[in-house]
Amino acid sequence: MSFNALPQSSMPLLMGNSLNAWSDALTGFAPMGLPLGLLVIAAIPLVFIALYALTYGVYGERKISAFMQDRLGPMEVGKWGILQTLADILKLLQKEDIVPTSADKFLFVIGPGVLFVGSFLAFAVLPFGPAFIGANLNVGLFYAIGIVALEVVGILAAGWGSNNKWALYGAVRSVAQIVSYEIPAAIALLCGAMMAGTLDMQEINVLQSGTWGFAHFFLFQSPIAWLPFLIYFIASLAETNRAPFDIPEAESELVAGYFTEYSGMKFAVIFLAEYGSMFMVSAIISIVFLGGWNSPLPNIGPLALNDMTTGPVWGAFWIIMKGFFFIFVQMWLRWTLPRLRVDQLMYLCWKVLTPFAFLSFVLTAIWMIYVP
Amino acid sequence: MEEGTIGSKQVQLSEAAYSVIHEKFGEAISAFDRNPTMPFFEVQDTALWTDIALFMRDHPKLKFNYMACLSGVDYPEEEKLGIVCNLESIGAYPHRIAVKVKCPREGGSIPSVSCVWHTANWHEREAYDMLGILFTGHPDMRRILCPDDWEGWPLRKDYRVQESYHGIKVPY
Amino acid sequence: MAGQGSVRVTRKSDNVVIIEKDLATEEMVLSMGPQHPSTHGVLRLECRTDGEVVTEAEPYLGYLHRCFEKHCEHVDYQAIVPYTDRMDYLAGMNSEMAYAIAVEKLLDIEIPRRVEFIRVIVSELNRIASHLVAIGTYAIDLGAFTPFLFCFRDREHILNMLEWASGARMLYNYIWIGGLAYDVPSDFQKRVGEFVDYFRPKAVELSRLLTENEIFVKRTKGIGIMPADVAINYGWSGPMLRGSGVQWDLRRNDPYSIYPELDFAVPVPDGKFSDVGDCLSRHLVRALEIEESLKIIEQCIGKMPPAEGFDPRAAVPKRIRPKAGEVYARAENPRGELGFYILSDGKSTSPLRCKARSSCFVNLSAMKDLSKGQLIPDLVAIIGSIDIVLGEVDR
Repeated sequence: MSFNALPQSSMPLLMGNSLNAWSDALTGFAPMGLPLGLLVIAAIPLVFIALYALTYGVYGERKISAFMQDRLGPMEVGKWGILQTLADILKLLQKEDIVPTSADKFLFVIGPGVLFVGSFLAFAVLPFGPAFIGANLNVGLFYAIGIVALEVVGILAAGWGSNNKWALYGAVRSVAQIVSYEIPAAIALLCGAMMAGTLDMQEINVLQSGTWGFAHFFLFQSPIAWLPFLIYFIASLAETNRAPFDIPEAESELVAGYFTEYSGMKFAVIFLAEYGSMFMVSAIISIVFLGGWNSPLPNIGPLALNDMTTGPVWGAFWIIMKGFFFIFVQMWLRWTLPRLRVDQLMYLCWKVLTPFAFLSFVLTAIWMIYVP
Repeated sequence: MEEGTIGSKQVQLSEAAYSVIHEKFGEAISAFDRNPTMPFFEVQDTALWTDIALFMRDHPKLKFNYMACLSGVDYPEEEKLGIVCNLESIGAYPHRIAVKVKCPREGGSIPSVSCVWHTANWHEREAYDMLGILFTGHPDMRRILCPDDWEGWPLRKDYRVQESYHGIKVPY
Repeated sequence: MAGQGSVRVTRKSDNVVIIEKDLATEEMVLSMGPQHPSTHGVLRLECRTDGEVVTEAEPYLGYLHRCFEKHCEHVDYQAIVPYTDRMDYLAGMNSEMAYAIAVEKLLDIEIPRRVEFIRVIVSELNRIASHLVAIGTYAIDLGAFTPFLFCFRDREHILNMLEWASGARMLYNYIWIGGLAYDVPSDFQKRVGEFVDYFRPKAVELSRLLTENEIFVKRTKGIGIMPADVAINYGWSGPMLRGSGVQWDLRRNDPYSIYPELDFAVPVPDGKFSDVGDCLSRHLVRALEIEESLKIIEQCIGKMPPAEGFDPRAAVPKRIRPKAGEVYARAENPRGELGFYILSDGKSTSPLRCKARSSCFVNLSAMKDLSKGQLIPDLVAIIGSIDIVLGEVDR
């Protein structure tokens, strides 16, 4: 990466290093009264999702799974098959966009859109660096938890609108699963919010910065934080329908679940939404527990590693890398574990994760009060 | 040589089992055919087949609890259709025996033994499908491999394939 | 439970009225297959479902019916061998062997000893390959993708060896009546030995990845339990019957070929790791059988008579016309008992009747009973554990 070579002092090119400097400046950019800056802000995560889904999401997953399964993965299109995803996209673009005759056309068409918007809206409050955040809400975390629930509407619309029994099963399973898992997920995140004392995403990051690098992350601040961290990670797998909780699209049971009837670009949009929310939950977990854009490297005496790796671009680098790491873990699990059954999934949610989430909530509260 | 002794020992075991059945049913079953490849007896009184089957399964000295195979056969010279059942006993005795049951080609039927051995259920459906043998008392007498509206009984020796099936030309 | 909607009104007092509403529900008929990822081919199950619970699943067969028995009545005995490959296409060698044994019994001919050894080696190799497919696809049914590819990677080695010997990857036409098509290539034993050494650690890895996985155990333990006596009554055989705790293996109980001389165990579940008769037991039996097959192969390599002066077609009859008679002979296939009932009239060179007793066909017939009251994911687990090959079910 080329910006590694740049000296840190020259990094804040035109803006200061203050919080949200870039995004504030972009918001103000409105030539001829047109809010172009706002559009740019919205476009950045969109382009980011598209690029990442194309490269790391699809191609990376195929290569990673191939590595785990003792095979090569895509090798034909381009060197090491790097253009494979592009070829796939071209193929999908040319596909006929089929709407089944007996489908509910309106629901069928808006389903993928709502699904994508649901995962995309949450990117608004993700701080991509110490100077960039789409919308600096003071209830950012709450907003992120809430807006994810919109995905359920998209899935239900897609599954119901398809007028297909498999899709209906997939949609019903998905709704039951996502709604259930939001409870442990939200409570686990609240533990992080309690440690920070704020719901502001940028604020949570700032509280975890310091010269000791990773030692300032909430995960290492209190031993109890590991519990909500693990709970949120497990719940986030279920919320994004990833294995071992991929029962809504369980291909060996429900053919393809709620998107059985989709083809062409609508199918691609559903995939984009899936990869979008994969990154979103990974970013949230790294923001709340692993310091978001903060560098994990500590200053060791004269070797000021932390100072050297802090800055707007470094921040974006760290949060994306942390997100990618969790996506890698998600893929790793997907290619290792079998799928749970519906009732086992609900058992895990209501009888294991939720009580432990409450427990960790209480323990965190006690820790925050009695341990300085 | 060794094969031969094993074979004849099997025949003796089958014969011993046969004598138990013969004692009970007497003239309803034929004499024992002690050929080395597949010793069998034939059920003469077809109506008694279910009773014989139950007896064979439940008698403490027989315990033919396992039906290996049930094959439908066409005997055009005798004007008959028949089934050949290969029975044996798992876990109780080392004996095995084959039973033949025959019925007239036209309008005949054989009592079903699907209530005795579940295996017979699908095999009898297959025999019905392929040869048109009717099994009375079968819980679900439908075709199994061919489509429900297929005409004729494919494994009968005088079978002629139908000209067209739903507008598709069949003989090619 | 599906039921009519009803409204119950209870009057507690003058101004407190409790109205309870049960919404009307109805059963949904779900056609699972013939194009469904986990029906292993073209099986169709017509499921009546109440929510996720399957109240009844009726199997419909015949989508792959290729008139095996009708063909048999029109071709020579030798020409039937390729058809047997196409019945259970995952275990062609075993099917050929069962058929060859049946006709040889009818003809009463002596087989050279080396032929018997080669037959046992190739069919045990094929048994391993077939069990690998069974285990791999079972993993996929339960959502684990990686074990499937591990299985197929190792199966590929076996197919390469069988291709080396016979010239074909799946449909071999290698075991002829009275002999073999060819002798094995000169270094065959060495390569098989290398494969056994290579495969042992891979089998351990596979079992650690799949069999010992907590989720896998949770998905299969206690699901689709079949008691031993019912299993026998259904005519189950092979790993299915052994999974129910009945130690019944035709290689031991109705010995053929050189199996009496070989030392191998017939694994049955002991009820410690799995509940006897459930899906996990059936899976375990298959996994353990792979180990036993490796043992058999090792012994065969050691004991095999030398190739000098060996003609694999020495005992192959020029023209096969058995004397009038009938035979029912069977062999232990990876999926159970594959039997052939052959009726010869003594005049013709093709059988008067050749019935294949297919193990999958019989094993599958219990599906209706096993599926009652199961969840859809469990139904998938049960179908997978039966390990059907539709080519053999429909023939």
